[in-house]
Amino acid sequence: MNPFRRSPFVIAATILVYVFLYAPIVGLVLYSFNASRANVTFEGFIPAFSDRVVMDGSMVKSSPCGPFHWYCELSKNRDVAEAAGNTLTIAFTATIISTIIGTMAALALQRYNFKMKPFSQLSLYIPIVIPEIVMGIGILTLFSQVFGWMNDTFNLVGSARLSMGIMTVTASHIAFMVPFVALVVQARLTGFDKSYEEAAMDLGANEWITFRRVTLPMILPGVLSGALLAFTLSLDDFVITFFTNGPGSTTLPIYVYGLLRRIITPQVNALSTVWIMVVFLAVLAIQILQNREQKKPS
Amino acid sequence: MTSEFAVELRDVVKRFITPEGNDMAAVDHVTMQIKNGEFFSMLGSSGCGKTTSLRMVAGFEWPTEGEVYIEGKAMGHTPPFQRKVNTVFQSYALFQHMTVFQNLAFGLEMEGAKEDEIKKRVGRALEMVQLTGMDRRKPKQLSGGQQQRVALARALVKTPDVLLLDEPLGALDLKLRKEMQLELKALQQQLGITFIYVTHDQEEALTMSDRIAVMSKGKIQQLGTPVEIYERPTNKFVADFIGESNFLEGKIKSISKKEASVFVPSLNAEVVGMPISEGLVKGEEVIVSIRPEKIRIAEKDAVNQNMFRATVTNTVYIGVDTKVFVDAHGAKLKVWEQNRISRLDPKSFYTVGQEVWLMLLPENTIVLKKD
Amino acid sequence: MLKRLRESKSAQGTLLALPTTVWLFVLLIIPLILTAVVSFGKRSPDGNVIYTFTLDNYIRLFGYSTNCASGQAACFDPLYVNILLRSLSLAFNTTVLVISLAYPLAYFIARSHPKQRNTYLFMVLIPLWTNFVIRVYAWMMLLRKEGAINIIIGWVMNLLHIPFTPLEMLYTPGAVLVGMVYEFLPFMILPIYTSLEKIDLSLYEAAADLGANSIKTFLRVTLPLSMPGVVAGTILVFIPVMGTFIVSDILGGRQVILVGNLIQRQFLDARDPTFGSAASLILMVMTLIVTYFYTRKFGFGEEIVVA
Repeated sequence: MNPFRRSPFVIAATILVYVFLYAPIVGLVLYSFNASRANVTFEGFIPAFSDRVVMDGSMVKSSPCGPFHWYCELSKNRDVAEAAGNTLTIAFTATIISTIIGTMAALALQRYNFKMKPFSQLSLYIPIVIPEIVMGIGILTLFSQVFGWMNDTFNLVGSARLSMGIMTVTASHIAFMVPFVALVVQARLTGFDKSYEEAAMDLGANEWITFRRVTLPMILPGVLSGALLAFTLSLDDFVITFFTNGPGSTTLPIYVYGLLRRIITPQVNALSTVWIMVVFLAVLAIQILQNREQKKPS
Repeated sequence: MTSEFAVELRDVVKRFITPEGNDMAAVDHVTMQIKNGEFFSMLGSSGCGKTTSLRMVAGFEWPTEGEVYIEGKAMGHTPPFQRKVNTVFQSYALFQHMTVFQNLAFGLEMEGAKEDEIKKRVGRALEMVQLTGMDRRKPKQLSGGQQQRVALARALVKTPDVLLLDEPLGALDLKLRKEMQLELKALQQQLGITFIYVTHDQEEALTMSDRIAVMSKGKIQQLGTPVEIYERPTNKFVADFIGESNFLEGKIKSISKKEASVFVPSLNAEVVGMPISEGLVKGEEVIVSIRPEKIRIAEKDAVNQNMFRATVTNTVYIGVDTKVFVDAHGAKLKVWEQNRISRLDPKSFYTVGQEVWLMLLPENTIVLKKD
Repeated sequence: MLKRLRESKSAQGTLLALPTTVWLFVLLIIPLILTAVVSFGKRSPDGNVIYTFTLDNYIRLFGYSTNCASGQAACFDPLYVNILLRSLSLAFNTTVLVISLAYPLAYFIARSHPKQRNTYLFMVLIPLWTNFVIRVYAWMMLLRKEGAINIIIGWVMNLLHIPFTPLEMLYTPGAVLVGMVYEFLPFMILPIYTSLEKIDLSLYEAAADLGANSIKTFLRVTLPLSMPGVVAGTILVFIPVMGTFIVSDILGGRQVILVGNLIQRQFLDARDPTFGSAASLILMVMTLIVTYFYTRKFGFGEEIVVA
């Protein structure tokens, strides 16, 4: 019996699902080259290069960037640059903090017995079992009530007034990322034999050296995959950010959402395409690195 | 060396809370003194407290009551990295992300040894366990036996006063294990370091040890040399756990200072002239223990005491011995008879149903208190 | 100090878990409590919260209305109840569809040659890692009257000489369903794959050896053993679908209002946080009840973490 045998039904269904997964993306990319500014139907590629943009009605006839007109427009878009900057700032900060404290929590939950352990463990499941919007509006309410009260009580005026911004978004991102980091690291720790650490201590290493030279290197793959998951969660997050952002802390998903409710030029498609390419290359790079790591005769 | 004893456990108790919430004493008032340069084994089945005792010496656990002394110093809550003992782990616990050299160097780095000294000592340690040239390999690239040697070298390179070994040969196959047993013993004698060895394999313990502590349910059942433990078990548990024994229930008929005669109902006869330990009285219910290889089968009724008629119920040929199972007036006994002669001739076997005479030599029997 | 910490394992554990526990307590648990408190409050005329204890918001949510067409003082208005039911049934339909699409694909990958599995998984991950909002936008373009789907159908119909007027697919419940399925499909594929991949191949040999044909083997061996993956996937799909509002916002327009949209509008347009909080609490309770009964029946697998 061949364990790799798959029935024609399975193969057909698989092909269909892959088509379903990729058709929208192909369309998205194609429309980023649309000559039509209105972007309702695909009116063909922008046919020519020229010194300046030539329009005919809503049609782009030629552009300094030729078919890549919308990408050039995108690169000049200050809002996009700012949103991208915000997105990355938030993602990096939140990933670093949530990875550190999440790993600590995973170690605590896997290795130690302490009074609040059941509570700590249970709280990790909150973001999984409670819809994001519920957390989003809860955090919004908390911040607005606390900030309102502080502003009134301390008579804060002008720039001193507390308001939503990068800080609130980052703090909220950490709150829903930490559980994922902790759970991923915890899952890796279940197979981790305590005797490695005992051996290090036995050989004369104190707790800190044991952690740095033995525990951390051994759990590093788990920590990194937790960090990677956290990073993508933050990049992709819409709901939490939507409720906790403020002036000057618009992220890319929020920015795109804002555009969708107004006129959609092929610039949005160009932005999406760039996003997809970046993600594709990043995932590819990680895959290749991981494969190389595995193939290395360790 | 400041103390006569390398390691001493004084009335040590270790309690755990089980997952069900029960308080359990894994080690229950254990006292033992391990001499300098001794090969000492703790022998028992899993859960007997031997590993917990070892871990308390290493410093991975702290006693709930009592005290562990190393070189005469009370250890209290001294962490493992401040104790001059080193451990060879059952799982080896080799650092997978380090090479063999780095594994061995780790402990020396922690001492603050200089680079060239580390190189020299690691080289010597690898030579000692015959792994010279393997220093650049990662643990995963080594065979089980090689990994075991690396684990040994990693602990020995620190030149500990006491080496703790937690079933270090458990993962090896039988042949390799037997080789390593002799090698370990030779190494211990050569280095003169105290070895504390935990095992559930009695043969291993008997082969290597100077003294053995047989443990069960957190308590020491008997502590003595291998010969003492095998030849003069002090209770039924040890007699049963170490090797095999026939047990016959009986009652002391007559008793002198050194000898006793016991009436055994299942033999419907009296076993006379048996050496006894202290504390037995006339009329007491006792257990007579005798090893299967110490019962002789005689075909003819020689004029002798302690001979009993029995019927052969089964025979099993196992190469070295033939195991003969007999029934003597309802007492089921096993008798191991060494195959001194070739058994190729079927007539050389006892046949089932054959009547034989059993001879018990009183000096080979042991009278034990009934628990 | 250090010595005492070294000797107390429980103090070490507490200290390690403290940052996470405090963070989660302040930013997840307190907000949930606050939501509950606010939901029993009243809206002040300027859109603020007056803290009191009233069940008005819940009564209103479950259909009590004083604004009746027939001039009665009070009547049943099914508006919000319908929104809740619509959200539930959409989440249910999405989950069922997602399972039926994800299972064959996960099975295909798990039965692929080990060397190819990573590539196939990689192909699942790419759309997943494309931004959530962008993915909805992609479907908006496909489903439009002038979109690719209508163009392709029109082209086929033209070949068959059947007259065809482009379909209004956008801003329909169907569009929202498709969008939801697309958004959450990868979350089902990964856990099912994980549990299928774990199945020891010798089990198939054993099943064959005991006389089971391939259908029986699937039903009696493969399917039960992959249930943890299906359960984890269901949790990862059902719960977010219940709370998502972008998909219905963009693909459903004003036509398909889900509980997520209701909550969002109460906070940002209607400025009635008390009613929004009540709706949010009901949403949470509904998902918790469903998850509780579902996981109690099937267990809570570790697959949830792998995805």
